Amino acid sequence: MRLVVDLNKCQGYAQCAFLAPDVFAMHGEEALIYDPRADEEQRERVARAVAACPVQAITADGLDRTGGVREASDGR
Amino acid sequence: MVADYVEWLRREGRIVIVGASLAGLRAAETLRAEGFAGELTLVGDEPHEPYDRPPLSKAVLLGKASPHHTELPHRREIDAKWRLGVAATGLDLTAKRVRLADGDEVEYDRLLIATGVRARPWPKEEEARLDGVCLLRTREDAADLYRRLRAGPRRVFVIGAGFAGSEVASACREMNLPVTVAERAGAPLVGALGGVVGAVAADLQTENGVDLRTHVTVTALVGDAVGRVRAVHLSDESVVEADVVVVSLGSLRNTEWLTGSGLGAGPRGIACDAGCRAFDFRGIVTDDVFVAGDVARSPHALFGYQFLSLEHWGNAVAQAETAAHNMICHGADRRPHLWMPAFWSSMFGVNIKSVGVPPMGEQLMITQGSLAERRFVGVYGYQGRVVAAVSFDNTRWLEFYRGQIERGAPFPVEYPTVDRRPEGRRPVPAGFPDPSLPTHGPMVTLSGYSPADQQLVFHPARH
Repeated sequence: MRLVVDLNKCQGYAQCAFLAPDVFAMHGEEALIYDPRADEEQRERVARAVAACPVQAITADGLDRTGGVREASDGR
Repeated sequence: MVADYVEWLRREGRIVIVGASLAGLRAAETLRAEGFAGELTLVGDEPHEPYDRPPLSKAVLLGKASPHHTELPHRREIDAKWRLGVAATGLDLTAKRVRLADGDEVEYDRLLIATGVRARPWPKEEEARLDGVCLLRTREDAADLYRRLRAGPRRVFVIGAGFAGSEVASACREMNLPVTVAERAGAPLVGALGGVVGAVAADLQTENGVDLRTHVTVTALVGDAVGRVRAVHLSDESVVEADVVVVSLGSLRNTEWLTGSGLGAGPRGIACDAGCRAFDFRGIVTDDVFVAGDVARSPHALFGYQFLSLEHWGNAVAQAETAAHNMICHGADRRPHLWMPAFWSSMFGVNIKSVGVPPMGEQLMITQGSLAERRFVGVYGYQGRVVAAVSFDNTRWLEFYRGQIERGAPFPVEYPTVDRRPEGRRPVPAGFPDPSLPTHGPMVTLSGYSPADQQLVFHPARH
């Protein structure tokens, strides 16, 4: 599965690194390193990381973020 | 009449997006999300579907991700016709047609240009062709560089200590490879963050074992008998033996294909209004051509309406969303692109982030933390206002400073801040280089003898 993290939003809370350590890892105190192509078997863990991210910075294929504010608010 | 046109466009018009990277993809998704039901075509010169570039100089070089698998997740189905691996070579504004490298032509009702930038190559072509001289922009570049680093070169030489060059140097040190970095300015990151913060970046490099050479330029790359790079000659007459040379001299905007089209396009990008509509070279806004991402240059109300070109990931996303929205709505519903500039980098285990436009800053105050600890927030001021902030391993404060920039808060910062040190009590010069360096911008000249036959002539500059 594909994923991308908006590292402008990321504030290094490291929830993702706890929940899906094979995909996300902290590099130093605050910087996040991740694999943009996670194994399919990681889906469950990545889903938890997407949901747990306090700043909702992770977008992954086929996973809706709980906030669901992806589309422009005035979309018709 | 106009309202009818927009309704028709949304229902059955043809939209072409030139540029199939981050901005192109996010624009396509926004168009569909906002109800565009017509024909959508994406043209991209690379043969791959849109992929993410920031990991190429970080996770990929650290061996944590494959260079071939950074494709961007899609937010939704976009039902588009993809023309990948074929570059756009020309634009006919009158006939509303894009010419492609394979001779094909694609007609549009509205066009979005998101052709981005490419890595600036080493200017001496013969030297640039030496085996071992690398660029880092595409995924092929990243795969090639990673393979060479894995092979254990005796020394890597990085030309240019901007963010990309510094990230490469950082990856080399993590792989325990000897690395030399040459920078024309007095420190790394000086152009982006100024000399005060640059000095911190310089310390980071040298402490991590980088052989950093500042105030020097590379005069020649020398190859061996079989055409492999062997040594680098510097302006201080020193010679450094290296078998991998990474050219990291910034980027060039992909606008050559628009030469002669009549658009206001050149080496500094494509000028557009705050609503992402492109200007023609006369400075008159076009109706059906929009621009987004690294190649765009647009006025920003928060920064004196200066035209900003931002090679930032977040700008590509935000501007693509605004451009796409504006392409398919009525005039009064259009939105300005007022994204707050922001970027991130990480090197030597330190997370560097910024909001606002640091190079506008004349002065800098370290409002939290300390330079010596490599954990701080620096605030940039210009004419009594806060215009930017940078953080080293202190990102959670940036949101606050972002609000300060948006409100035009006064500078020097008057209020107390958490973890203020004596060194942060008063501002110091931020230390940006003299902006009056030679540039190679395009020129516009006025010709004709009377006002009735006066014409503007556009002279595109060579990249």
